[in-house]
Amino acid sequence: MIDLDKEKAARPSLKERFHTWMEGEQDMYLGELEMKPPKNAPGQTDETVQETAQKAAENASREKLRQQIPEGILNTVESTDRLVPTGRRLLKVAFDKAYPVLATVMCIAIVALLLVTVSWMPPFGSADNPASNEVAQRYIEQGLEETGAVNIVSGMILDYRAFDTLGESNVLFIATIVVMILMRIDSKEEKEKLSAEEAAYTHKKTLEPEHDTILRTVAFLLVPMLLIFGIYIILCGHLGPGGGFSGGAVIGASLILYANAYGFQRMEKLFTAKTYKVVSFCALGFYALAKSYSFFTGANELESIISTGTPGRILSAGLILPLNICVGLVVACTMYSFYVLFRKGGY
Amino acid sequence: MRGDGIVTIFQYLLLGFLVICAISVTFSRNLLNSIIIYMSYSLIMSILWVCLESPDLAITEAAVGAGVTSILFFVALKRINAVNGESDEKEKKEDDHD
Repeated sequence: MIDLDKEKAARPSLKERFHTWMEGEQDMYLGELEMKPPKNAPGQTDETVQETAQKAAENASREKLRQQIPEGILNTVESTDRLVPTGRRLLKVAFDKAYPVLATVMCIAIVALLLVTVSWMPPFGSADNPASNEVAQRYIEQGLEETGAVNIVSGMILDYRAFDTLGESNVLFIATIVVMILMRIDSKEEKEKLSAEEAAYTHKKTLEPEHDTILRTVAFLLVPMLLIFGIYIILCGHLGPGGGFSGGAVIGASLILYANAYGFQRMEKLFTAKTYKVVSFCALGFYALAKSYSFFTGANELESIISTGTPGRILSAGLILPLNICVGLVVACTMYSFYVLFRKGGY
Repeated sequence: MRGDGIVTIFQYLLLGFLVICAISVTFSRNLLNSIIIYMSYSLIMSILWVCLESPDLAITEAAVGAGVTSILFFVALKRINAVNGESDEKEKKEDDHD
């Protein structure tokens, strides 16, 4: 055991080993060599004892080992020293010390840059802003006349920029569908096995509260109100603040609350993966067709059968109301699907 | 920002809360606390949207930012067992017994 201690003493210091370790692959080689001597030393001494049965010879062999092993280790250390020039090592130390300082300086510089950029931005609500150009002016001055929507925002996003909103709705739809495709299980056996596992998991982890009276009572009172509020926001999107996206989000939130309080089994009576697919597809298809028609007639200067109606009435503003309903349906279904996919990993 | 004196003070107060929320989200060690602070951030932001005369954005911010997104964060935390609730503690105890 004495020679082991000496070996330890002969090993490179902790700092040196740390640096060889920091350099990467050298560590594996060094580690092997360090581990070898304790394994071999007892076996070899036993052999020498059997062969010579003399203490002197034993001592000599031990001395031999003592000489050999440190030499080996020292050689490897030297070789690593040769492989890693001292200049590079110093650079490494300097880098390690400078890294936090540089990171802080970098962070402050970026913050300063962003603040300077913000200070260059035109003041809020100024008349000279690049945002208040002829496009915005036209929206404000002739939006009511051209789209029939009292809410200019709805008129903009669902009439002037309806194509943009179609893209946004499609993004939601595609995201959900792709996740559903990735999570899909084809074989029936696996599906049954997984559903059994899921049931056990659900039971064990209490994913759904079992008869939580407070939650159920609150949901019982709130869900109808939330649903009606969401529908109101969607239907009055062209008359006041709101529209398809926000109303759909409110409806989706109410569906999530219902599923939370009463469980997915009751929710599945109303809403399954098939419902999602059919509703979203129909809504997006109707949106695309309706807007195609209005783009076609608008581009060719044909007479459109869709009139803007009297501004302020519920049945006015042409296509904006049906398009709001479409967007609302897609958003509500997507919000609930997000929740279900997060919670269960599939329908 | 437009408005009278009190409204302006109110808005600056909200902006201050916004900054405090944004900083405390990053410095909170508990992920659950971070989500709740994020929810309050969204709520303050929605009030500020009303002050900035864009109620459409305010409704969307309240429904999506404070509502649905936070719920999704909660569910994600629950999924990776990062919520320090009762069920997790029970499980830990069970694991210890094993």
